[in-house]
Amino acid sequence: MEVTTGHSSPTPRKGFSRIWNSISQFFAQTPLLGWILGILIASTLELLIGFPLARAIGLNKAPVLFGVDIALKTPLLLPATLLYDLVIYIIPIVLVVRFLNPLTNRLAAWLLRFPMWVSALVHMGLLYLALDLWTSVSDYRVLVAKLMMIAIMITLSLNVVNGFMGEFSCSHPGFMALGAYSASLVTVFLFIGSNFGPAILPESLGPFIFPIALILGGLVASLGALLVAFPSFRTRGDYLAIISLAFMFIVKSLFENLEFLGGARGFGNQPNWASLPVVFIWTMLCIWIINNFVQSTMGKALNAVRDNELAADAMTVDTRKTKMITFLFAAFWAGVAGGLFAHVLRYVNPGTFGLQKLAEVLAMLYFGGLNSVTGSIVGAIGYNLLSEMLRPLELFKWIIIPLLLILVMLYRPTGLIAFKEFDLQKILQPKTPQTKVEVKNVTPAS
Amino acid sequence: MGSFLQNVVNALQWGSFYALIALGYSMVYGVLMLFNFAHGDIFMVGAYIGFFIATGLISLSSLGILTLPSWALLALTILLAMFLTSFVGMLVERIGYRPLRGAPRASAAITGLMIGIILETGNLALLGATRKKFPDIIETTTFQLGEVSLTNTKILIVLISLLLMFALHQFIQRTKWGMAMRAMSADFLVVPLMGVPLNTIAALTFGIGSALAAAAGVFYGLAYPVLDPYMGIEYGWKAFVAAILGGRGSVVGAAIAGFLMGFLDIFVATYFPSTMRNLISFSIILIILTFRPHGFFGTAHSASLRL
Repeated sequence: MEVTTGHSSPTPRKGFSRIWNSISQFFAQTPLLGWILGILIASTLELLIGFPLARAIGLNKAPVLFGVDIALKTPLLLPATLLYDLVIYIIPIVLVVRFLNPLTNRLAAWLLRFPMWVSALVHMGLLYLALDLWTSVSDYRVLVAKLMMIAIMITLSLNVVNGFMGEFSCSHPGFMALGAYSASLVTVFLFIGSNFGPAILPESLGPFIFPIALILGGLVASLGALLVAFPSFRTRGDYLAIISLAFMFIVKSLFENLEFLGGARGFGNQPNWASLPVVFIWTMLCIWIINNFVQSTMGKALNAVRDNELAADAMTVDTRKTKMITFLFAAFWAGVAGGLFAHVLRYVNPGTFGLQKLAEVLAMLYFGGLNSVTGSIVGAIGYNLLSEMLRPLELFKWIIIPLLLILVMLYRPTGLIAFKEFDLQKILQPKTPQTKVEVKNVTPAS
Repeated sequence: MGSFLQNVVNALQWGSFYALIALGYSMVYGVLMLFNFAHGDIFMVGAYIGFFIATGLISLSSLGILTLPSWALLALTILLAMFLTSFVGMLVERIGYRPLRGAPRASAAITGLMIGIILETGNLALLGATRKKFPDIIETTTFQLGEVSLTNTKILIVLISLLLMFALHQFIQRTKWGMAMRAMSADFLVVPLMGVPLNTIAALTFGIGSALAAAAGVFYGLAYPVLDPYMGIEYGWKAFVAAILGGRGSVVGAAIAGFLMGFLDIFVATYFPSTMRNLISFSIILIILTFRPHGFFGTAHSASLRL
């Protein structure tokens, strides 16, 4: 399998590579902490002077998604939005990452003197703070952030089956549907008076039962995955695609026909427990667990089954167990993501989980990159941001986004960032040579 | 008994759409080992091209410039639509699939999916959201055979579809190009080494497949005269299932599987609530695939060998 290298050759000839090289060198010495700090400062700045600045420049309101949608609707406002982005985002972040480097590098090194999980938790906490500040400007941003994080979970779980194990599985919308409906059933049945009956438990207990509801949704999705896993023993590749497609149609049709679940109209009224911190925590858990899974021995077994199943079988890999565990595991996370999705939208209906959702998740996966946790995160965020920012183009959005994807497929057939490992240690490390520290707890996936 | 026969007649017509589209999928899958997920949308493009040709010809004839009897109009519509849509198919192959010849097949599949979306959106953008009504080219006359009512449209569709499938079969079995296609589905890597031009075969395969899909589109327009840009999606995916069900590289298998899916659709809708149509059809397909994972006429090979 080819490994895509992230850096260009030492003497880049093409202009683009040269520019990219000089940019990456400019930012090469900034640790992750520096970036998070930059975003924090930018978000605080926006909270403090965002609205007055926007009005002074001539925009009616602060641009919600970096002004791209405003610039697309009224091109005359493009200089104003660019100015806004420059002042609020670009200049503060560039200043922080350039000039606070010694401070952030030393901070990162100091954090790494504790066990690695301390450093990871601090980074996550700061990242969440930055996200919270950024989204406090508008509800739209909160929704976009939540949907992006759910998309990360889905793409990751699809990557486990499609990327790491090399199948072409079309069943993920079905897993999501199972998880969404199950989690919604649990919460609505237990806590909200509805046509399923009056509320059984008080709503104050809700946020503690919510994780259990999500896990239950994931388990139901895993159960459904058995229907795909068993035929996968005998078939591979193309026939598995059909079986998973049939599974998706069956699940969608099943929910359309169950009248007590609302049939094709679905049902709503899910309690509003999928708040930003909840979604954030579940996404971080998902990234951590899936990354551990794919870096473990089982993950290597997945790659072995993908590359040559016969050889893997001969080398003591239990292919049946591997396939079974992979499908159940991936379906679990897709189910959890579906449950969160239902509670973010506070509505669930079978139509959401059809062919369009399938095309969307496949697009996010192949856009980001196969066999790579980083790739899935980048793909999910990139696709969702593009999709939201290009919204004013209405119909033409669906010409530009597919075109972009075709371009990515032509020049990088396996996705933007494929086959790249997600190395937590490398991410948390300070980037200047003299402060590189030996880290405790080096073993990944312990 | 009468309603059973009536259902058989309806299923034959319904199944011929699936069969014609599935043939395109199956040919591309057999010869080039990839799935063309844009094929359902090529079916839609064929229907629209047929719509424009038919409308054009009818207005020409009403202006007195070119008066033709209605059967000639129909024949001209079908032939022109097939001819023009084959170019669309070859264009799709040239742009989307040829550059990805060496890439993993899944990337080509995603490209096809995206091309399909572009075709749908392009149609919506160019022609607007109002659905088009396919013109009535021939007058529908209904015959009554006992309890079964047939329209001449139904008979025409089924007969011409079978004729096209027979013609395709003869082409593949008896001509040199057909032999090249069969050779490629048997051994993909060696055939270009034997002096067979790979690009020409690929273009030909896509062209023929698209022509058949266009024929299906025109027939669909005759039978159900309302066209909309998203009509190709469900047909496309179901014909894809039919192509796999028929077995890799088997044109006859794809046709049979297409008719089977048509029968499943119609009969399930008759005896069960019609909302459960997809549920039961796909469950039956799942069961068939569990016991015969390689399709009807596919060659059985070990599941662990990567194709």
